[in-house]
Amino acid sequence: MTTGAPLPHDSALAHCTGAARFADDIPDPPGLLHAALVLSPVARAAGFALDDTGARAVEGFVALLDAAAIPARNDISPTGKGGEPLLADGPLRHHGQPLAMVLATTRDAALRAAAAVKVAPRDPAAPCLDIEDALAREDFLMPPQVIARGDAAAAIAAAPLTARGEFRAGGQEHFYLEGQVAIAVPEEDGSLAITSSTQHPTEVQHIAARILGCDFNRITVTCRRMGGGFGGKESNASWVAAAAALGARATGRPVKLRLARKADMAATGKRHPFLFRWQAGFDASGRILALEALLAADGGHSLDLTPGVVFRALTHALNCYDVPDVRLTALALRTDTVSHTAFRGFGGPQGVLLMEDVIRAVARATGLSPEAVRERNFAGAPNDARTPYGQALEGDLIRRVWAECMADSAWESRRAEIAAFNARHPFLRRGLGSFALAFGISFGVRHLNQAGALVHVYADGSIRLNHGGTEMGQGLNIKVAQVVAESFGVPLERIRVTATSTAEVPNTAPTAASTGSDLNGWAARNAALAIRGRMAEAASALWDVPPEAIAFEQGRVRVARPGDNRAMAFGALAHHCWLERISLSATGFYRTPDIHWDAKTMRGEPFFYFSYGAATAEVLVDRLTGEHRVLRADLVQDCGRSLNPAVDRGQIEGAFVQGLGWLTCEELVWDAEGRLRTLGPSTYKIPGSRDAPPDLRIRLLADAPARADTIFRSKAVGEPPLMLATAVWNALRDATGVERLDLPATPERVLMALMQEGAASPRP
Amino acid sequence: MPGRIRFTLNGKDLALPGQTPPAITLLDWLRGPGGLPGTKEGCAEGDCGACTIVIEEPDGTRSPANACLMLLGQAAGRAIRTVEGLRAADGGAHPVARILAAHDGTQCGFCTPGIVMAAWAYTRMGGDAHEALAGNLCRCTGYRPILDALGAMEDDGAPPPLAHDPPAEIATATQRFFLPRTVAEAVALRAAHPGAWLLAGGTDLNLRVSEHREQPPLVISLQAIPRLRRLEVTAGGIEAGSAAPYARLLEACEADADFAPLAGLLRRLGSRQIRALGTLGGNLGTASPIGDALPPLIALGATVTLASPRGERAMPVEHFLTGYRSTALAVDEIITRIGIPRPPPGAFLACEKLSRRHDQDIATVGLSVLLAFADGVVREARIAHGGCGPRAARAAGAEAALLGKPFDTSAAERAAQALEAEITPQSDLRGSAAYRRAAAGNLLRRLALRAPGIFAIEAPHHPVFAA
Repeated sequence: MTTGAPLPHDSALAHCTGAARFADDIPDPPGLLHAALVLSPVARAAGFALDDTGARAVEGFVALLDAAAIPARNDISPTGKGGEPLLADGPLRHHGQPLAMVLATTRDAALRAAAAVKVAPRDPAAPCLDIEDALAREDFLMPPQVIARGDAAAAIAAAPLTARGEFRAGGQEHFYLEGQVAIAVPEEDGSLAITSSTQHPTEVQHIAARILGCDFNRITVTCRRMGGGFGGKESNASWVAAAAALGARATGRPVKLRLARKADMAATGKRHPFLFRWQAGFDASGRILALEALLAADGGHSLDLTPGVVFRALTHALNCYDVPDVRLTALALRTDTVSHTAFRGFGGPQGVLLMEDVIRAVARATGLSPEAVRERNFAGAPNDARTPYGQALEGDLIRRVWAECMADSAWESRRAEIAAFNARHPFLRRGLGSFALAFGISFGVRHLNQAGALVHVYADGSIRLNHGGTEMGQGLNIKVAQVVAESFGVPLERIRVTATSTAEVPNTAPTAASTGSDLNGWAARNAALAIRGRMAEAASALWDVPPEAIAFEQGRVRVARPGDNRAMAFGALAHHCWLERISLSATGFYRTPDIHWDAKTMRGEPFFYFSYGAATAEVLVDRLTGEHRVLRADLVQDCGRSLNPAVDRGQIEGAFVQGLGWLTCEELVWDAEGRLRTLGPSTYKIPGSRDAPPDLRIRLLADAPARADTIFRSKAVGEPPLMLATAVWNALRDATGVERLDLPATPERVLMALMQEGAASPRP
Repeated sequence: MPGRIRFTLNGKDLALPGQTPPAITLLDWLRGPGGLPGTKEGCAEGDCGACTIVIEEPDGTRSPANACLMLLGQAAGRAIRTVEGLRAADGGAHPVARILAAHDGTQCGFCTPGIVMAAWAYTRMGGDAHEALAGNLCRCTGYRPILDALGAMEDDGAPPPLAHDPPAEIATATQRFFLPRTVAEAVALRAAHPGAWLLAGGTDLNLRVSEHREQPPLVISLQAIPRLRRLEVTAGGIEAGSAAPYARLLEACEADADFAPLAGLLRRLGSRQIRALGTLGGNLGTASPIGDALPPLIALGATVTLASPRGERAMPVEHFLTGYRSTALAVDEIITRIGIPRPPPGAFLACEKLSRRHDQDIATVGLSVLLAFADGVVREARIAHGGCGPRAARAAGAEAALLGKPFDTSAAERAAQALEAEITPQSDLRGSAAYRRAAAGNLLRRLALRAPGIFAIEAPHHPVFAA
């Protein structure tokens, strides 16, 4: 079996020798111009004027393009609804907003010329930067979304016990190591070839065409690999590429736009910050009877992908728990900051925080452990398995990942050991936290749940595979190649995966929502099966046996009947097919079955299936400084029947550490003028190697093939494990005993929370 | 007589064309004219490590460095290796690359060339793997596979290539890059070109090129002056040339138990890449209130020596720092050496640093404490803070609170309260004033409570301290 084998990433050695080429590594095409952006120096103003005298004096300056240079629609909105200009064409709406683009013969000249452009904002105003301010102004980006079941208010009023809470979670910068970059090369007939570091080549094509006012067939978008994406190159890559396309159209020369790190961090969206307020009714057994909650997302200045992010936060707000009477309201607030966007988990990580706060409060009020409260409220028998929007969770799988994780982590014995440590140490405290997850897999937007692939078998039996997904390090190409190798019964070495291109597979979905291998794996398999079917017929004619009797295994094709030893190499059959004029090329297509959603009633089954996981974490906290460290984490993740356990393990531990960063050390700091002050790794601190748990135990749930008809019964893995890091938040609250601990729980937040709750002085 | 830029690149001697500007970054040269795009730009500020290359020192030392923070002129005379030049004897992939790939140590692959180079240096230099990786960010893997791979790698034993002397000056039509050999030459150049950049390691100054795309017309590099790169450990302490890289200072402190707490702090100063280039002289000249090395220098009573055409003068570091990023350095002066006295016998030294991330982060608060004892009581106290005011400075109130008494929790409490009262921290992106004040006091309290734990910065277990 090729599927299920722990094979390394297909580019692993090329990465390590430096041979793997990223967009900026491609040799410059002749006549290349470099672009640099002029960014808004203020967060809010009625308008602006540009003075490019200084820029024109820079040697190598070629052109300055502003909104007036856009031939068609100045609109980069993923929805196409407008309100999101590529280059500002009126009011300034956030610090770092692109206003104009300078083209020059060298990158240095472009950057210097862009810096020399003087921007005069007209009527600058104090920006609105905070969710609460925006709430007070009722400045919404979209109508509220509400999911309700029963009568939550009445049930809370009738409940024996009640609690309420409020907390905040910050945003997160993607910090893909490779910044945004695109190269647009004019071809004949006004066509453009764009190389883009993008998760969504089709959207790059659409938006470039929208900006230029041309048919989609004039734009070809290619992406061999990204140096990380994490959602940050889902919609944001499109405008970077569209800007390069604009430059190429305006000058007739190739144009490269590569954002310097600071420009990238100033001009591209982040994970949405959230504010949560809730009240709950429960009983002394810890059963949560009713919950009313507000999830308020800071969407930044424009819509971007916020509706989807809010939808996922809302549908994941109860996570894997059942609450009979519930009213969940999600708001998207407009602030004068960069437009927040997709980030691994897409609102799910924020949504699942809600029940963690509720569970801790219930535990506190009832004297139960948070773990007991979890168990009491898991969805599925004896509780209801249905989410408030009507889709059923698999209670048995929730309980299985939970039980296995608790057993792995030796919870009870460590509890005792930790209590003993805490009793004797003057200022260090250890704490334990847990978490369980049910994460829905599928795009919330129905039409994105489709994929295509293009497979060629050449006359020597070698296979060229192209699919609509993009490779950003997640190992999609190796997984899809494994699927195709399996389908043809050939060794993996016979498969060559080529760069994603809108010219090979059109009308694709972004590689996002953890669906890359689910969608593209099936599409590639369908293409492979179509070719294999034709090859089987050819073999059947050759050997005069029914096509069903032809087997493809281990690089050979044979008659699978007792006593019949006829066989040939796969390549020999391919050659035979060629001679017999049989097509060895096919496209494959896939659309996710059985998903539906009614936006009016907010009911439906939007997810093809759920991915389950559980985690425990142990932390050490210095009560005098707030410094902390994760000492150990135990994770159990449901990957169905994993296509590639090595890749999945990499996704799990990488996502966990990224989630840990979001929850503990990655802090976005805006100043009062709306300037993001954390504009590079010197100020924005993602986890380093020492910050990963030194003892990280990961287990893929065994013997758990997906129940839905997924590709080889595997399950998605890109996003869910990021949320397992939530266990660290719980462990920090366990170690400190503080009631409210906003996120990210930096050393400062931990110490200040301790001080506010009067606990920061050392034991006498 | 101006010369061309010559250096050894991937084992081969290379002389660049005459008009190659010396004050562009090595990274831009590698990726552009050098035709070697394996080395990546991730941040252009020396924090992500994607551009890590290795300087192969003549003594076999391998110094990883950030190509984004090195000017091409700084490569002159040195031997540089990039990921493209790391090959096995048969020309295939080097074992370091093979082992990292085999451990699933790459996902997106963009940080990977930098990690490969840091790892190749680590196979020779050893030490703590986290410390060796502190200058390399990976956003995909969570680091575990990389750490596993590091554990499986070995030194390939490759000898350093030959290095040669750089020219005294590299000049183009628009840039002059001076590499004086003596302090006298440097001082004369400084007098002749008061507007020139005075370049020590460049880990701060070169951001103006790397990020802000400046093109300095005149640069005086101190890296080729043997006297300024000298570092001596004597019975009296450490005498460091102002251009001796931190890596050398750390090496000296690690080998000398009296300076072990300083070694602990230096291991958190930047990264190996930063310490390969960064210098004490640079840290003093920049005079940032959060310069990591400043509080310990003040606490230890270090002196700084300055040279000018008028001769030399020396002064305590605490007097040299006059305000926010300002110093007593006159326009015609250069910093030549720093004298760090050895702590008196039986003294207690602690060099604390608080930052959002343990490694490779700028301090939110720095606090260094030197206590000398007589008859069980504190005879002399020198407490210096950073990040708690416009400049790194001593805390006279806290010092006074400790004098004449044993160093115990109640003395620490009094001193902490005095410290909290006398510092004037500001709120900025690294922390609020309230947090800095509370944390500074608590760092002092913690010294009296310190028990072995992960946050201990290798404090010596002095009898008074341990009591």
